[in-house]
Amino acid sequence: MLASLVRWLDERLDLEGLIAPFKHKTVPTHRFSYWYFFGGVTLFLFIIQVLTGILLLLYYRPGANEAYESVQYIMTRVQFGWLIRSIHAWAANLMIFTAFVHMFSVLFLKAYRKPRELTWVSGMLLLFLVMGFGFSGYLLPWNTLAFFATKVGTEMAGQVPIVGKAMMIFLRGGPEVTGATLTRFFGFHVAVLPGLVTVLIAMHLFFVQRQGMSVPPKIEEEWIENPSARREMKFFPNFMLRELMAWYVAMGVLGALAAFFPWNLSTKADPFVSAPAGIKPEWYFLFMFQTLKLIPSKVWFVDGEVLGILGCSLAGLLWLLLPFFDNDKAGRGKAWITGLSIFALVYVVGMSVYGYLAK
Amino acid sequence: MCADQNPQPGTSRRRAIEIFLGGGILASLASFLYPVMRYFVPPAVVDLGGDEVVAAKLGDLKPNSGKIFRFGSHPGLLILESDGSYRALSATCTHLGCTVQYRPDMREIWCACHNGIYDLNGRNVSGPPPRPLTVFDVHERGDEIVVSRKREA
Repeated sequence: MLASLVRWLDERLDLEGLIAPFKHKTVPTHRFSYWYFFGGVTLFLFIIQVLTGILLLLYYRPGANEAYESVQYIMTRVQFGWLIRSIHAWAANLMIFTAFVHMFSVLFLKAYRKPRELTWVSGMLLLFLVMGFGFSGYLLPWNTLAFFATKVGTEMAGQVPIVGKAMMIFLRGGPEVTGATLTRFFGFHVAVLPGLVTVLIAMHLFFVQRQGMSVPPKIEEEWIENPSARREMKFFPNFMLRELMAWYVAMGVLGALAAFFPWNLSTKADPFVSAPAGIKPEWYFLFMFQTLKLIPSKVWFVDGEVLGILGCSLAGLLWLLLPFFDNDKAGRGKAWITGLSIFALVYVVGMSVYGYLAK
Repeated sequence: MCADQNPQPGTSRRRAIEIFLGGGILASLASFLYPVMRYFVPPAVVDLGGDEVVAAKLGDLKPNSGKIFRFGSHPGLLILESDGSYRALSATCTHLGCTVQYRPDMREIWCACHNGIYDLNGRNVSGPPPRPLTVFDVHERGDEIVVSRKREA
């Protein structure tokens, strides 16, 4: 019956023609092929976020007087509400993790080189937006931790010379973090960011489709030396089924985490209580947080905080433009970029662990 | 020997694998969808209205007028007739759920949405309403007008 339905549609819409390019598409097979899965898993987690986000919208109410209570309601009164919220929170964290893994794997496998510069740029923009998702979504339950995280995060934006103050007021919807901030962050989180991210994902996937998968230079050399070692598999169905299996595993990990370690809610935000001891940002901001903590309050004649924020922004900007520095003629990728990538990975992981352990 | 019983052993093996794989996928889909379906059902709202409510104070209403009051989470209509007697009914139109009003000019209950008309006993006399309005008991307690659900029999 399904077959006849497919035939009916095919007669009218030429589905065969639609999937024809996918039938010719191949994926190189080598010992690093597994790293190709992380982009797809990140996409899968984004889809989960859209679906569970829509479900949460059925009961969530933005507003300083209602947000915390409505999340509490979801967690305690709505059937399986705790599960849906836990999945949303865990998938958010896993998505940021897999996006970082994807970024570093692209970096080490040199997949950003010409002609894939734009794929890298769109991917980096997606990484920044995903962190924006994390930052804005964190405030929505309006609990104590979220309140202070937002206060500190927006205060940091305020440190930027000249435009900082205006930026902070724009983010907060006023000089302080209030219900107005919550309304704004809600709008960013459920409308602005999803729109931007969807467009960028479409572009990112379009680039990948047009250019095909990159083969790491090391493997490429081996293949040139020994052409019989060259291996590839069909995208459809071979690679796609493997990718779906990776999605299924991701779903299992996500379900287990959400069920066994449900996300808690803690106490309602109160602007007139002191920040609790040991307060820290989410793990994906820890490396920046720790960097800022280590910079002294005055470096020569510049404010330490300003220096740190400008430094982080500059590093982010250079990272975004990284492929344009790697114009190695031989196509192997420059050695100093490999060194820098290793340094970046060690720095991010090291600072995150340090930030986690530090008092 | 196996081949004697089944001319195409590969086909039946393939079939078995398809059944296990398909069954597994269906089972996991069901386990994802079940919580979502339950999540869609809003938790029951506790009706704190009870069976009795103070609808108005004596003197709140002029003769030949009506007012809407809260009966639990639903609206009720309290009417003071020209002869000084009170009546209370459910204010939810039995047609499509609009809130009805008392029309002093017609001395009837009127629903603005689709021109449904009920008499003061709640009977649907003209227009689309299919059923009469529920009538409540009214009594005075001190200076309060108390409305309660009619006791069954």
